Amino acid sequence: MALGGSAQAQLFPDGFPNPFRAPPGKWFTKDDVTTSYNYCEICFWKCGIQASVQGGKVRKVDGYESNPKSRGMLCPRGQGGVATTYDPDRLKKPLIRVEGSERGSGQYREASWDEAYDYIAEKMNQIKFEHGSESVAFFGHGTGDAWFASYLPGAWGSPNAAKPSVSLCTGPRETASQYTFGRGISGHEQIDWDETDYIVLIGHHIGEDTHNTQLQDFALALKRGAKLVVVDPRFSVAASKANDWLPIKPATDTALLLAWANVLVEEGLYDAEYVDKYTVGFEQLAAHVAQYTPEWAAEITEIPADTIRRIAREMAAHAPRAVLPVNRHTVWYGPDDMHRMRSLYIVNVLLGNYGMPGGYYFCDAPVVEAYPHPALPLSPASGGCGGGSTDVVTDSPFRPAADRGKFFGTATAVQELIEPMLTGEPYPIKGLFSYGVNLFHSIPMVERTKQALKELDLYVAIDILPMEHVMWADVILPESTYLERYDDLLLQAYKTPFISARFPAHPPLYDTRGAFDMAKQLGERLGLGEYFPWENVEEYLDRRLSSIGSSLEALKDQGTIVRRGRPYFADWERLNRNPIGTPSGKIEIYSERFAEAGLDPLPVFVPPIEGPSGMYRLLYGRSPVHTFARTHNNPILMEAHGENGVWISTSEAAGLGIRHNEYVYLENQDGVREGPVRAYVTERIRNDCVYLVHGFGHKTPLMRIANGRGASDNYLQTRYDLDPVSGGAGLRNNWVKLVKGAPDPQHPPVAWLAREGSRA
Amino acid sequence: MTRLAMAIDLASCVGCAACSIACKMENEVPLGVNRLWIRNTTVGTFPNLTVEHRPEQCLHCENPPCVPVCPTGCCFVRDDGIVDIDVKKCIGCSACIAACPYDARHMLPQGYVSKCDFCKHRVDEGRMPACVETCPTLCRTFGDLDDPNSPVSIAIREARRVDVLRPGLGTEPNLYYLNTPAAFGLVGETGGTL
Repeated sequence: MALGGSAQAQLFPDGFPNPFRAPPGKWFTKDDVTTSYNYCEICFWKCGIQASVQGGKVRKVDGYESNPKSRGMLCPRGQGGVATTYDPDRLKKPLIRVEGSERGSGQYREASWDEAYDYIAEKMNQIKFEHGSESVAFFGHGTGDAWFASYLPGAWGSPNAAKPSVSLCTGPRETASQYTFGRGISGHEQIDWDETDYIVLIGHHIGEDTHNTQLQDFALALKRGAKLVVVDPRFSVAASKANDWLPIKPATDTALLLAWANVLVEEGLYDAEYVDKYTVGFEQLAAHVAQYTPEWAAEITEIPADTIRRIAREMAAHAPRAVLPVNRHTVWYGPDDMHRMRSLYIVNVLLGNYGMPGGYYFCDAPVVEAYPHPALPLSPASGGCGGGSTDVVTDSPFRPAADRGKFFGTATAVQELIEPMLTGEPYPIKGLFSYGVNLFHSIPMVERTKQALKELDLYVAIDILPMEHVMWADVILPESTYLERYDDLLLQAYKTPFISARFPAHPPLYDTRGAFDMAKQLGERLGLGEYFPWENVEEYLDRRLSSIGSSLEALKDQGTIVRRGRPYFADWERLNRNPIGTPSGKIEIYSERFAEAGLDPLPVFVPPIEGPSGMYRLLYGRSPVHTFARTHNNPILMEAHGENGVWISTSEAAGLGIRHNEYVYLENQDGVREGPVRAYVTERIRNDCVYLVHGFGHKTPLMRIANGRGASDNYLQTRYDLDPVSGGAGLRNNWVKLVKGAPDPQHPPVAWLAREGSRA
Repeated sequence: MTRLAMAIDLASCVGCAACSIACKMENEVPLGVNRLWIRNTTVGTFPNLTVEHRPEQCLHCENPPCVPVCPTGCCFVRDDGIVDIDVKKCIGCSACIAACPYDARHMLPQGYVSKCDFCKHRVDEGRMPACVETCPTLCRTFGDLDDPNSPVSIAIREARRVDVLRPGLGTEPNLYYLNTPAAFGLVGETGGTL
């Protein structure tokens, strides 16, 4: 204690308030704090949270111990995401575009929910009458996509339901997994982090994509002493934790993986017993990879052959507790994306780790019966992170999805549904629902998307914020946030599968609804009421939970119900069951089904597409405090990371005369310009590529904080290369140059913008 | 005696700012200021690199320079070692802000000084500070240095390397950085290359 109490007492005697200000009473000192269970919706990871409400407002969210995803911890987005609910820029009422105004001109009038629903139903029926029900497309992302990208289109009868989370994200890994293991990856990458001793990450940005549980597992594995190898053209955060960083030439990862397969086979380092017991096609693989020597790969990847050999031997020495984890965003370079993922799985299989401790575990979603309803006339193949869709109904009375024939896979590719809006081929798409899908910040060729929107007879956007694409819609339906609404149960495939529920922390602040209510209301107006037989969401949830002997009331006090899993082969073999779902019942290293379809039955390396000289390949990734393009109007998260910078190597920047933090423009191979954006001059990236964090560069004054900050990678993606197997769109085949002379945009401080916003 | 301290394992920290934002929500820290922030620094040249992800906050020094300069006595050290502020007595003179060599203090719009208080309201209930509880890399440990079995004592004992910020000042911080990624220690302290 530095000063005696008496001196203080004379200045401000006890009980005498400081005349300048009242002492603060923070939320946790009040006696009206209540908590409710929820699962976070700031990203797709859906961690179990407890929301603390005080004075009618959520003050804090925390993870809770019994939830296997959060385990009592939360990422920065989960912590700060709360502020989005209280964003003054939110959509507050249903809006209808002023009759006669042009799409994109942003002229709207407020409408009642009844009017909005009636408007949509009338237009939908008109499209159905003129073109057929298939001519309404449904894009969805987020928990409510179960209603808007699966259930409602299934009841309505449109196979054109798609999610960007497939063909613009997980498509290659899901197709590869389905055709190798007969199982999807499941939404939670099933890596047995607790048991592994050697980790090889291929462009897997753990630490920059803060998937809470994965980050915990990763950190704990390293703390235990697991070795880490990171393959990335950029010195990522994960690379900063690695024992070895291999700065690979972009788009050559498949060559590296095939060379590792070569070393494991040629040097007899693979797990022969495992391969013999669980796989088919090893002989064909051995013959096939003989050509892919480390020397061959060294030329292509710019990683020394000795290093390739050494890492392969180290992996084998730690096998089966050595793992090459599957990452999430696997649409990279297009033509060989699916092959890259197959190569990755095959190296894992050679290490004998799939279904073994320290490798990949098996997981399935917990079973909770659906609310009884009549069979849907169609089950659209919108897929999702949770596994590829192989459930296309072949004898469907409806026309096949408008992307059929462009690629081998069955999950509908969202970007391939834009062209039919413009050309009418193979049949016109005249209506579109966008449920939480940011059309201008996820789908490449933004100008094409804008042109396509102009051709539609009906475009409905369901969202929380007035994103650019939302303000093009004919009808805007404002959604309640995750803190204001009930939702369907979260049935999570995990090592210990679990069920989580969402309870509103408080009633909606504005005239908004949840996807659950919107789908039912619309369904009823479309004459599909029989498919929505429940009274309300509480009754729906309670009925579903009763099938497992629980209830909504029980979940209210519990949040999560955890089940036992069957993670390893041994667990399945005890029950005489086989977790491998391929036709052969074995892991298919060689794919007969690919061979029959005229595709390469074993993974091949497709040389990368090269760009124009003097330009850099545009790579993109994540910020730990942002999700997609959806958190950039959140003042708390934007204060932590308020604009992106374009990463460029120190030596290239020196050659261009560009200083660190200087504002530049980015111009791509088609002359599209983005920026001003800061140059982030760094040693942490190769000379042949530049890097942007995705999600910045919003272009709407309606989102005060997001507007104009940083550059959008998606606007610069004016071309993409289709993966002919999965239908994924390879977005990293765009090239940019840095143009000097951009003005400093002089962004006002986030705090000031937030204050102005709440005053308005 | 109780001597509360925190240790941050820089080998685990990824600089994601979950701690900083959890702190902001928990303590209603207004926009524009922070009790806890992240400093990311790259060391080395391509391809021999490392990155130090370093959260910074009040270090709850044994010899806190901020306390003796306070004219009203509002800055004081609790019995458990938390360097605290009695806001009722703060006149907003900013002497402590100037005195803190770590820039850990800030002025609030209401006119009084604030900073990290190790979430004393949680500590007093036997809970962990918000930053420790939320950290997805589990890089933070907190507890009583006088208890050899507290998480922080164990973490410091088992660390490969233990550093404090600017030890030459004699402030004797109770915030320890463990296992710096650079062999020379904390970035900006003694300099050096890989």
